[in-house]
Amino acid sequence: MLKQIEGSKAMAEGIALCRPEVICAYPITPQTHIVEGLGDLVKDGSLTNCEFINVESEFAALSVAIGASAAGARAYTATASQGLLFMMEAVYNAAGLGLPIVMTLGNRAIGAPINIWNDHSDAMAVRDAGWLQLFAETNQEAVDLHIQAFRIAEELSMPVMVNVDGFILTHAVERVDIPDQDNVDAFLPSYEPVQVLDPDEPASIGAMVGPEAFTEVKYLAHYKQTQALRLITKVAGEYRTRFGRDSGGLVRTYRTQDAETIVVAMGSVCGTIKDTIDEMRDEGYPIGLVTIVSYRPFPSAALRNALAGAKDIVVVEKAISVGMGGPLAIDVDEALRNLPHAPQLHSAVAGLGGRPILKASLHRLFREAVVQPWEGTQFLDLNVRVVGREIHRSAKTRRSGPTAEALLRQLAAEERDSAEKGRL
Amino acid sequence: MAEFTPESAGPDDAQKLRYYQKGTFTVGNRLVDADARTVQASEERSNALTCGHRACQGCGEALGARYALDAAMRATNGKLIAVNATGCLEVFTTPYPETSWQLPWMHSLFGNAAAVATGVAAALRVKGKKEVRVVAQGGDGGTTDIGFQCLSGMFERNDDVLYICYDNEGYMNTGVQRSSATPPAARTATTPAAGDEPGNVFGTGKFVPRIAVAHRIPYVATATVADLHDLERKVAKAMSIRGARYLQIDVPCPLGWGAASHDTIRLARLAVETGFYPIFEAEHGKVTRVRKIRKPRPVTDYLRLQKRFAHLFRDGHEDPRVTRLQAMCDANIEEYGLVGDDETSG
Ligand SMILES: Cc1ncc(C[n+]2csc(CCOP(=O)(O)OP(=O)(O)O)c2C)c(N)n1
Ligand code: SF4
Ligand SMILES: [Mg+2]
Repeated sequence: MLKQIEGSKAMAEGIALCRPEVICAYPITPQTHIVEGLGDLVKDGSLTNCEFINVESEFAALSVAIGASAAGARAYTATASQGLLFMMEAVYNAAGLGLPIVMTLGNRAIGAPINIWNDHSDAMAVRDAGWLQLFAETNQEAVDLHIQAFRIAEELSMPVMVNVDGFILTHAVERVDIPDQDNVDAFLPSYEPVQVLDPDEPASIGAMVGPEAFTEVKYLAHYKQTQALRLITKVAGEYRTRFGRDSGGLVRTYRTQDAETIVVAMGSVCGTIKDTIDEMRDEGYPIGLVTIVSYRPFPSAALRNALAGAKDIVVVEKAISVGMGGPLAIDVDEALRNLPHAPQLHSAVAGLGGRPILKASLHRLFREAVVQPWEGTQFLDLNVRVVGREIHRSAKTRRSGPTAEALLRQLAAEERDSAEKGRL
Repeated sequence: MAEFTPESAGPDDAQKLRYYQKGTFTVGNRLVDADARTVQASEERSNALTCGHRACQGCGEALGARYALDAAMRATNGKLIAVNATGCLEVFTTPYPETSWQLPWMHSLFGNAAAVATGVAAALRVKGKKEVRVVAQGGDGGTTDIGFQCLSGMFERNDDVLYICYDNEGYMNTGVQRSSATPPAARTATTPAAGDEPGNVFGTGKFVPRIAVAHRIPYVATATVADLHDLERKVAKAMSIRGARYLQIDVPCPLGWGAASHDTIRLARLAVETGFYPIFEAEHGKVTRVRKIRKPRPVTDYLRLQKRFAHLFRDGHEDPRVTRLQAMCDANIEEYGLVGDDETSG
């Protein structure tokens, strides 16, 4: 059914259609509306046979989900940013135990400095934990990915994280087609656990494993993720057949045919990038986009195929591996490494802590990559002046004080100055 | 101390038995009515924690866990799931690929056993398996320190979980470090017996059973491996109740306490008889029953058997801080009304 609806609410409705049996709720912006929405559906009786548990922390949220999943229930939770870090130990644990929990991550920056706005730092912090990580481009895809996520998680017995950009998706009101229950039921069979805590068949789960088998356990987890590449494609195909929509899969291409420059990105920014590409195409630039939907498992082969013909690749990503550069760029680089005529890779970090990624900036960035490539990682729209001043200022005195606050003071001073100038 | 003999027992005495094992270990199950015997005395016991595990000789935790879980298994007709925090109990029972657990058992993390158990209980409810129950268990570190937030959350929501804390008064699995359950003056690897105030600092630590009581949950009890009848009774009682329940068992650790393996039961008994470890029950926020001491023993009887307190008796003279430990015991005796002849309600 078509609805004009807030993204979080749409996701809540989509998740409810999957008939989760245990939901753990803990507030953190920008994810909160999703669990609130689910709470409403449980309380008003539209979502039955579901335990909605208000926990005391994210660590508990995922731990409760771990227990519920191990005891055979379909378990769901959601978090973001600091909350994800707070549950970090359980994030690895859920994956290590092979429990098919589905979790929404309302992508948000990580402090300090504390920041509630969108970027992908949180998702990157757990990219090695063993979860599958899918990224939604639109709220329609966010709804669809959750339905696919339960299916994928349970077929593999691995946890799946659905990444949705904080605010940009979670708080945007837009048109979303909410699937109907019968179709979802037909698409998503009820959960048949591969392992379950059952007094009739007592088993020990979570025993200590030493050097004699730890490598093999990890290999199998990695092997399963490589298997997941095929499954994700298959599930997206089935989804298209049943619901008539292209959602999910590994990667999506946009105007990449004959493109000499291809942009690689994840999540909602792909909308802005597509608009930019359309404008550049109108001006005659051969440019296209590859959207990565599945970040873990990383679709190296699919990506290689999609990028093989290009001369320049520009990776635009909302995260920074401090001291190294853009983490997605590193992964893309790995995928390209063995191509005979590997395109040149340009890494750009953009939209950190919610900074808007503007078309004008992208225009400039994509052109620059071709005519004046930069070294290392470019920080899109970096305020070079303020950064320069702060480096200079803090070098002068030992007790230079906290950096973030100094930057804010500087910005405020600049604003005051220009306001005064305006008055003169 | 009056000793129990079969001759002195009247027809109604079965429930009133008190086992003062005075070094002979002879007062056994076969002397009492069949239905008053321990679960362990029954051939039908489940052996939930069976042989082959790697605990140290004389490990109080292994003993406590075995009694507690078999009692819980009996109370639930074998429909029991256990969630275990990281710690000695987890490590010594599951040397991969072997396991000593004969019930469904899961280990997730060090600090989340209470929350995982909440999840199990929720799954059982939603799956309509009302008869299957869940126990969470962990050491004092996993309970009173790192798992405390999850524990308090589980209490506060009144989730249908029995949480059992095996209190050996330190982080034993990592080599005997101080926890918030380590008593004052005790030497651990992080409270060395050196300096002006050797051992653990006075005026620190917490007694979590009292904090559990403050949550007003349906049932809180302390127990000891020195009184296994009482321990089993408390587990059975806990399993007869729905909602959050907490049981903390004093389990001496020969390795961590620097005590002889054969002194485990004796130490546990002395901890009770000195007032060092008050044994009580509470329901919905009120203390309802206290295990009485007929004649309190001096705390030195307890301390002298343990190397972790050896620095208090160096060179033949007693450290003045022994007086403070005695005062602690006296305060417990006063606070809980420990001295008396009978277990009382009220
Ligand atoms: C998050 C985390 N921190 C620390 C550890 C290391 N660790 C494992 S067991 C343990 C001690 C357990 O102490 P306690 O809970 O009292 O149980 P005991 O071994 O004494 O029975 C520690 C510190 C861990 N596994 N996980
Ligand atoms: S160290 Fe202590 S608690 Fe651990 S197995 Fe040995 S005796 Fe038991
Ligand atoms: Mg301990």
